[in-house]
Amino acid sequence: MAQPSATVSEPGRSDAAPVLEARDLVKRFGDRVALRNVSISARPGELVAVIGPNGAGKTTLLSILAGIQRPDGGEVGHVPARIGWVPQQPSFYSKLTVAENLRLFARLEGCADVAGAVDRMLDQTGLHDRADSLASTLSGGNRQRLNIAIGLLAEPPVLLLDEPSAALDPRQRERLWDFIFGLSAGGTAVVYSTHNVQEADRYGHNVIVLADGERLFAGSPRELERAVGEAGARDFEAAFVEFLRQRGH
Amino acid sequence: MRWLLLKDLRILSRSPLLVAMLVIYPIVIAALVGFAVTSGPDKPRVAVLNEVPASATQISLGGESVNVSKEAKPLFDAIHPVYVHSRQEAIDKVKSGDVLGALILPPDLTRRLEAATAGGGQPPSVEVLFNAEDPAKLRFVENTIKARVQDANSALAKKFTQVAASYIHLLATGGRFSFFGQTFDVLGLQRAEQILHGLGGKVPKGSAASMQLAQVTQFAHLARQNLGLANSVLDAVGTPIRVDTTIVKGGKTPLGSFAAAIAATVTLMFVTVLLAAGALALEREQNAFLRVVRGLVSRTGLLAEKVALAALCSLVVGLLLLAGLSVFVTLPWSRFALWVAALGLGALGFGALGVAMGALAREVRAASLMAFMASLPIAVLGLVPSGAVSSWLYDVVRGVSAAFPFKPTLDALKSALSHSGGVAGPLLHLAILTAVFTLLARLALRRFAVD
Repeated sequence: MAQPSATVSEPGRSDAAPVLEARDLVKRFGDRVALRNVSISARPGELVAVIGPNGAGKTTLLSILAGIQRPDGGEVGHVPARIGWVPQQPSFYSKLTVAENLRLFARLEGCADVAGAVDRMLDQTGLHDRADSLASTLSGGNRQRLNIAIGLLAEPPVLLLDEPSAALDPRQRERLWDFIFGLSAGGTAVVYSTHNVQEADRYGHNVIVLADGERLFAGSPRELERAVGEAGARDFEAAFVEFLRQRGH
Repeated sequence: MRWLLLKDLRILSRSPLLVAMLVIYPIVIAALVGFAVTSGPDKPRVAVLNEVPASATQISLGGESVNVSKEAKPLFDAIHPVYVHSRQEAIDKVKSGDVLGALILPPDLTRRLEAATAGGGQPPSVEVLFNAEDPAKLRFVENTIKARVQDANSALAKKFTQVAASYIHLLATGGRFSFFGQTFDVLGLQRAEQILHGLGGKVPKGSAASMQLAQVTQFAHLARQNLGLANSVLDAVGTPIRVDTTIVKGGKTPLGSFAAAIAATVTLMFVTVLLAAGALALEREQNAFLRVVRGLVSRTGLLAEKVALAALCSLVVGLLLLAGLSVFVTLPWSRFALWVAALGLGALGFGALGVAMGALAREVRAASLMAFMASLPIAVLGLVPSGAVSSWLYDVVRGVSAAFPFKPTLDALKSALSHSGGVAGPLLHLAILTAVFTLLARLALRRFAVD
């Protein structure tokens, strides 16, 4: 696994073309508008954090980017043929072993070398010693690692993570971010949603702030702090709360 | 505790499907049972084709006129007659299940009855047509209609017994007797005994005694004839009218094969529906559904996989069951290909029904509960024979049964396990139901992605 960096303040390779780009996305559920003209892009190796209050539209945005939901407006361009998607809840079969789950999804993904892909993901996630364990017997951290491993089987250039650290303790979170950094270092663009704004500050090259389906901000964490002026001097979380307050949320 | 109660009520109010199942299911079952119990025809509906001319309802019996219509009244009191005008109309009504059976009274009924009671010819026959969809119903119809005809026979027998008794009384005491327009003076055994007793000794020829002896001789002759007539009457008294039965539909399935078909169909239904519903709901419960259908497998492909899985498993179970039953019941192994076709199409139909339930319920436990709760009444309804309940209720039962795979699977298996009826119709029916339920499941899958 790659060594973690304490804070990432520089964006990913800004000279490279985006591997993920969506413009003016609109999504409605009945009368409720979940997304209003939201745009997002990510370059290779870039870590993009999507933050916002509950119901802001974070999961909806990721679902549209993953191709699970269709937008009612806007367009998703430059989407790679294969986007890795890791839902918030572990999404695999608890009655299969770790290796069996990986093997199944590798076959469904159409991997040319199924055994190689499974071995690679067991190595990357450090789950080799649990390969023959039933998924239901894994700890929360290992379950999330398996969850991410399945999303990475096809070696996608973009990985979408929906609140990946939500159910993890601090030690497991740290290991998870080590792993994600390794992916980023290898050139994988990672877009993740999180409730933990410190994770956006520490690990995100760029931050997108959503509230009530609107994109209120897109830029680096430092730019967000600067946007709220003196009120945001204390820390990033205070700057984020002040930013929302100033914009009526 | 009060708060817990309120909390549970609120949760229930937010589970409309569960509440609907909990409320509607027992009501529907209770209504069905109630209707079945109370609406059952206490008088079976029987189509009646009366070909006896109105002018021929009277017969002469031993010089006495007997009104057959009046004496057969118990028969028509015991049934709900549906008068028809042709044999074909009677057959159509039987085939459609509108009536339990049809009773055809031939035009020569009274003439033959009269002849039989006069000692000339066989007793007349009435024809009973019925629809023996299954062996159980065959027995039911035979018992019901034959019992009603027997009631009519008993009434006629009572009348004939009265006539026979009058003959015997005539023989015993003597008197006047009219037969074919001629009147005889019958001496009677009582008077003969008195005469013979008075004669004693030798009787000269041409004497009065000689004439009395001649009377005795004539009496003996007539007595022999009358006793012979009485024998004919008494013979006819046993069964004045005979019943010829004709099955217009089905009826060739042996009871053992029928029982095997029911056992296999019920097993097939439970295994397939529960497995298909549970397997699909499990995809959602494990949160794997969206991951799987996100470009890896189509939603329709996923449904097809679940249907195929459940159908394959239940096909194996069904075949093993039939193989086991064949130890106890004679089953035609020569028609094995038809067994497989009936079980296979039936399993696909049940599998499609199962995935529709799984897609609607979305949770394994709810899907299993729904599958179990729905399967039982479907099976019961599929086993209700025509004529066992009132006509309108049977139409409802038939309509509901046709909307689910149980009845066509049972029909297909009955045909496959015997030589009765065609198997193509039920198989086509099952293919249509498979397509319809798969389509319903596909539509219901839209809810899978929500919440």
